[in-house]
Amino acid sequence: MSSFRATELDRRNQRRERWVRGLFLVMTLMLILPVLIILGTLAWRGHSVISLDFLLSFPTNGMTEGGIFPALVGTLWLVGVALVVSVPMGVAAAIYLSEYAPENLLTRSINLAIINLAGVPSIVHALFGVGAFVLFFNFGTSILAAGLTLAVMTLPVVIVSTRESLQAVPQAFREASWSLGATRWQTIRRIVLPNSVSGILTGVILEVSRTVGETAPIMFTGAAFFLPFLPLGVGDQTMALSLHLFTVSTQVPNVPEALPFGVALTLISLVLILNAVSIAFRMYLRGKKKW
Amino acid sequence: MAESRKAAIEVSGLNLWYGDFQALEDVNLSIKHGQVTALIGPSGCGKSTLLRAINRINERLGYVRTTGSIEVHGQDVLAEEVELTQLRKEVGMVFQRPNPLPLSVRDNVLYAYRLHRGGRSSRREEDEVVEGALTQVLLWDQIRERLDHPAIDLSLEEQQKLCIARLLPVKPSVLLMDEPCSALDPEATEAVEDLIWQLRGEYSILIVTHNMAQARRASDESVFMLMGKVVEHALTGQMFVTPKNKETADYIEGRYG
Repeated sequence: MSSFRATELDRRNQRRERWVRGLFLVMTLMLILPVLIILGTLAWRGHSVISLDFLLSFPTNGMTEGGIFPALVGTLWLVGVALVVSVPMGVAAAIYLSEYAPENLLTRSINLAIINLAGVPSIVHALFGVGAFVLFFNFGTSILAAGLTLAVMTLPVVIVSTRESLQAVPQAFREASWSLGATRWQTIRRIVLPNSVSGILTGVILEVSRTVGETAPIMFTGAAFFLPFLPLGVGDQTMALSLHLFTVSTQVPNVPEALPFGVALTLISLVLILNAVSIAFRMYLRGKKKW
Repeated sequence: MAESRKAAIEVSGLNLWYGDFQALEDVNLSIKHGQVTALIGPSGCGKSTLLRAINRINERLGYVRTTGSIEVHGQDVLAEEVELTQLRKEVGMVFQRPNPLPLSVRDNVLYAYRLHRGGRSSRREEDEVVEGALTQVLLWDQIRERLDHPAIDLSLEEQQKLCIARLLPVKPSVLLMDEPCSALDPEATEAVEDLIWQLRGEYSILIVTHNMAQARRASDESVFMLMGKVVEHALTGQMFVTPKNKETADYIEGRYG
């Protein structure tokens, strides 16, 4: 035994260490690969069709030419309706669960329900939307029915992420506020919410990204393959980017090759832009934090 | 009235359970008006529990049960009709770790004031309140230029003084302090102790402390608790010189902690 030199066993362990570490690194790098390939392919093959005219004109000639304007507008409508419904509802539910609810069987059941709701496949949500909104409430196939379906589907995301960001606010702040005579709501309004908006916003970002891309839930509830006009209200049907992508990729003959890539590129850019704006806003709010 | 001027807090036959565990057992205690009373005793003896029972901040735990009564100025705070916000306006609390709210210094001082005022107050009114409260805790000259800074940027000593200052605008009569100096260094401790001593008279102060020297220096009366019971309650000078009970003597001399 001399002078702390590596033994044969040490060297073997070190070789294994390097090997394992390398393996994990490769696995991690492989995560980036699909993203890069997807984005690269879309940009490379789709950029030629993108123009202001493409974004702002109607499809023509059996959707083999022209633009995607009604689909773009329709997607914004659907996301808008989904947000207007799911954000207030989700945030309210999360506040109740995090700030008011006692720990009991009911609360546990609600939490379980939320987790299960998040796990329901989107096609099942679609059928639920047809049964509940289109038929039972008699909204017909409309933006309202489709937006509500999307809202139900994304509600768990909003609730879970909001609840987590509420719970990230230190308990000591609540205690301080209560000890000064504040009610629960005053404490939530003045202390808890201002310090968790950035987290709540993250949930909304996630929801938006997911909503923009969903196809199945809107297919039977409010989105149409082709409409020669723009929707005028939530009672109308609409085109949507995601469904339009499906249509031009698989349902329509003689579509020029670049067109579906252009639609996909627009769709993914919309998601990226919305995310970037929200992230920037979040960073701004974080900068204002007082702790 | 003469009676209630003498006793700020009157605890009688108080029992308190956390679930099945009895934390306070038949506590009887009379806290004099305008004095500093120190609650001392080993960890887990129930002194913080007693403190937290007075403004009922321990209730949110949900499994707390109490019997007996706690009267603040002759009003039983455990009574059905007591409004917690009013109780907490009358009975302010300072915590072990300074816990300023995640707001500016100014908004911290005005927090309780705005809650209890209802409606908007003018800027001038609020400025006066802020200056008054910060002056009272000897902080005004030091931080008058930093009123819009986040309170969390202040030093711990300043934070703790701020936490005292924010109680004052709603004119409480009782201040509960749960080891208010234990997170502070010796110099800051001395400064906060001095402050507490200055606030005496106008406020009745009940202070939990682990620091014997502090209890001795900065209190009029001391209460020694052990295993959820009050063992001895006497003038501080008397207790530290000639304790009546053997347990008190042993604790004060540091034979157990």
